Amino acid sequence: MELAIGIILGCCALGAGLCMGIGALGPGIGEGNAVSKACEAIGRQPESKSAVSSTMIMGCAIAETTGIYALVIAILLIFVAPNILINILVNAVK
Amino acid sequence: MDTKSLRFKIIDGLYIAMMIIPVIIGIVIQVLTKPESSGITITGARIFFTIPMPIQNLLITEAQLNSAVVIVVILGICLFMTHGLSKDIKLKRQHLAEIIVEKIDAMVNENMGEYFKGFSPFIIAILALSGLSSLMSLLGLFPPTSDINIVAGWAILVFILITYYKLKGGFLSYLKGFTEPIFVMTPLNILGEIATPVSMAFRHYGNIMSGSVIAVLIAVALQGLSNMVLGWLPGALGDIPFLQMGIPAVLSLYFDIFSGCIQAYIFAMLTMLNISGAFPQDEFEKRMKKKLAKKEKVLQINN
Repeated sequence: MELAIGIILGCCALGAGLCMGIGALGPGIGEGNAVSKACEAIGRQPESKSAVSSTMIMGCAIAETTGIYALVIAILLIFVAPNILINILVNAVK
Repeated sequence: MDTKSLRFKIIDGLYIAMMIIPVIIGIVIQVLTKPESSGITITGARIFFTIPMPIQNLLITEAQLNSAVVIVVILGICLFMTHGLSKDIKLKRQHLAEIIVEKIDAMVNENMGEYFKGFSPFIIAILALSGLSSLMSLLGLFPPTSDINIVAGWAILVFILITYYKLKGGFLSYLKGFTEPIFVMTPLNILGEIATPVSMAFRHYGNIMSGSVIAVLIAVALQGLSNMVLGWLPGALGDIPFLQMGIPAVLSLYFDIFSGCIQAYIFAMLTMLNISGAFPQDEFEKRMKKKLAKKEKVLQINN
């Protein structure tokens, strides 16, 4: 019983870590790309700074969405999933 | 209206009280109902009481109470700003109100086009509600936007509006829109339709909630770190969490203020883009022309 609960907790933590780590890759690359291009644009045309930066922030926030999904899943895995899974296990053993 | 009269000032005072008293009530309820707990814990919105309902019990939570507080505060701000409007401007607040209205009108006009002129009150309502809700965490209250139910409610409202404007082009063309570019794509198109409100809700909720979770984690880590540094000192000296002073405030500058305001802006922006993108301009014009032609025909027959 203790072993099973330990495996559940460990796998939840492992899953959350993997989820966050892999899920943060894409948005990181994407946002870095967007900001680098925005910096280039501002360097070429300094007078368009305000327009470029507001568009960039908007784009960054949308690129962040997939990372946020990963975060929501990770938080569910850490705070919600273990209780539910352990309850299921205990009920099944009874 | 005389802006110097006593009556005007009393009404002004009432409006200012309307802005401040709900927040104080929220803080008092928060302090009174906060359960005693050791250390820092991460919890969702606390449930105050449940009302039995046929399908599912209605839960009155902290998030609902706090969003009601925000709504009353926004109402107070609006009444205060528009109190004493006149053609020859007498009060400073009228300038501010006019700036806000002009900015929002320009933003809506730029992003949505001429047809959606009347949308600026809705957009500023979403902007104010979302922004002030996220800023509530500065007062130590539970920000309603870090509860998915509240944000999902707004997203569903936006989804209904999107569908309404898609139906403006006729029901058949709405159905036909699902089979484009080829009919095999229909399931994916339906999924994409549902994904819009879901992604809007999760984006806003995730950003605000991740901020509060990270703030709690950093507070715990700083407590441990300062224990490690000062733990060898005897007595109460070793318990001083000196690293917890100042550093969380700098982080809250980003997570509470910047992130909250940016998310409010993005939610309003996406609302505008989605609604104006859903409106089929050509189909709508064609349909209106057909209707006009039909009306003329009926008139000619009657004559």
